[in-house]
Amino acid sequence: MVRAIGAFLLAAAITASAPSLAETIRVASTTSTEASGLFDHLLPRFTAATGIRVRVIAVGTGQAIRLARRGDADVLLVHHRPSEEAFVREGYGLRRHPLMHNDFVIVGPASDPAGIRGSNDAIAAFRKIRGAKAMFLSRGDDSGTHRRERSLWRETGTAPSERSGWYREIGAGMGRTLNTAAAMPAYTLVDHGTWLSFGNRGPLRLLVEGDRRLRNPYGVIAVDPKRHPHVRAKAALRFVAWLVSAAGQRAIGSFRIGGRMLFHPAARPAGSRVAAE
Amino acid sequence: MSNLTEGFAAAFRLLFGFDADLWEIIILSLEVNFAAVVLSCLIGLPLGGALAVYRFRGRKAVIVLVNALMGLPPVVVGLLVYLVLSRSGPLGSLNILFTPGAMVIAQAILVTPIVTALTRQIIENLWQDYREQLTSLGSSRRRAIPTLLWDGRTAVLTAILAGFGRAAAEVGAVIIVGGNIAHHTRTMTTAIALETGRGNLALALGLGIVLVTLAILLNAAAWMVRERSMPETALIAANR
Repeated sequence: MVRAIGAFLLAAAITASAPSLAETIRVASTTSTEASGLFDHLLPRFTAATGIRVRVIAVGTGQAIRLARRGDADVLLVHHRPSEEAFVREGYGLRRHPLMHNDFVIVGPASDPAGIRGSNDAIAAFRKIRGAKAMFLSRGDDSGTHRRERSLWRETGTAPSERSGWYREIGAGMGRTLNTAAAMPAYTLVDHGTWLSFGNRGPLRLLVEGDRRLRNPYGVIAVDPKRHPHVRAKAALRFVAWLVSAAGQRAIGSFRIGGRMLFHPAARPAGSRVAAE
Repeated sequence: MSNLTEGFAAAFRLLFGFDADLWEIIILSLEVNFAAVVLSCLIGLPLGGALAVYRFRGRKAVIVLVNALMGLPPVVVGLLVYLVLSRSGPLGSLNILFTPGAMVIAQAILVTPIVTALTRQIIENLWQDYREQLTSLGSSRRRAIPTLLWDGRTAVLTAILAGFGRAAAEVGAVIIVGGNIAHHTRTMTTAIALETGRGNLALALGLGIVLVTLAILLNAAAWMVRERSMPETALIAANR
């Protein structure tokens, strides 16, 4: 018994040896923001400005929302607007702030068996892929990207089923999906940021971009302390306020890979509205 | 093929470039793995010993259960520990989800059945050999357990190393309860998963090679301790 207590103290000591938790917040976010390196770019600037540390748990949008609902995060930063609005409506979050956007692109093998290269019509491209029965790899993980992909398929008239042979669900994050699509090779939907920073493209090429239906907006929401009294609401709101402030928006706009902007500050096109809200 | 050579080159650069981030990750991984193994030994060694020497109703069922738990899927353990430690779970008020402490608990759950089951097997064999000797010396079953553990320490050490291997290799549980947070709960295995997701296959492989190198060094150290615990004179004496 005494030994068991000792062991728990040891475990506790390891926990305690971590830096003080006083000014630390947890952000539940998506793999696209983490894998692209955006947080490595933003967080040091925020911490330098406020002294608040940020710990990011990067999972799919669906899982991130479930984490925040259970009170395991102070801030939610994801990309599926209907789910974000539901999160606020159901009383889990405070106000949703538009934060930034990028776009989805359709990538696929350089040989392009469905002949979609150069199109800027995502729905027509999806129809061609189905028509050619060309291999398409779906995230299948209830992430923001997966939800968007399903809604694009619905717009083509019928959503493909897994039994159709050419449409495969992998149930994995963006990176593993791209690795698999590169090996098959298969078409897939990916956010532009992850695509630009992805290091193992193999035969995959960017084939379709520029459709306004491929716009990918990110929102940020502080978890409501009325629902989860333990959340660090004050520090969380400072984080949200900094992200949508001129300084935060500038920091987002200055994140580039190979000279390209990966995330476009949302406050720029809709600046006055965000400020007024 | 080029990914493989790049992987070895990356491993070499990482190890000998003394990359600060990498060392932070290595140290955290070792701390978590060691704490989990220590916790597992505190439970598993006495429990395995007791299962070996005591006879009681349902003993066989307990042994079968412990043996089966050696195959616990890490993801399931991660999910259970997550649900218990989540703010909406029964132990949420401890506030240790997404900390190294949570990772220690999850890994200890994975390692304890291994240490218990293997210890039970080792001690049971020794108990069959020494039972009469020990009881004739007036030793109770309870006092026989530490004696037998010490006597079988070489084999027990192997059992502990098997447990350590399980802890060092698993990713499914720590990524759920730790969250793979940079500079806080990122271990070797979760870093490998992250770099694979980023498509940095050479770096991921490099990290994997570093992990295997550490495992070899650790096992070599354990081997040397074992050799030293059985000095040559004792071996000669034992063979006379």
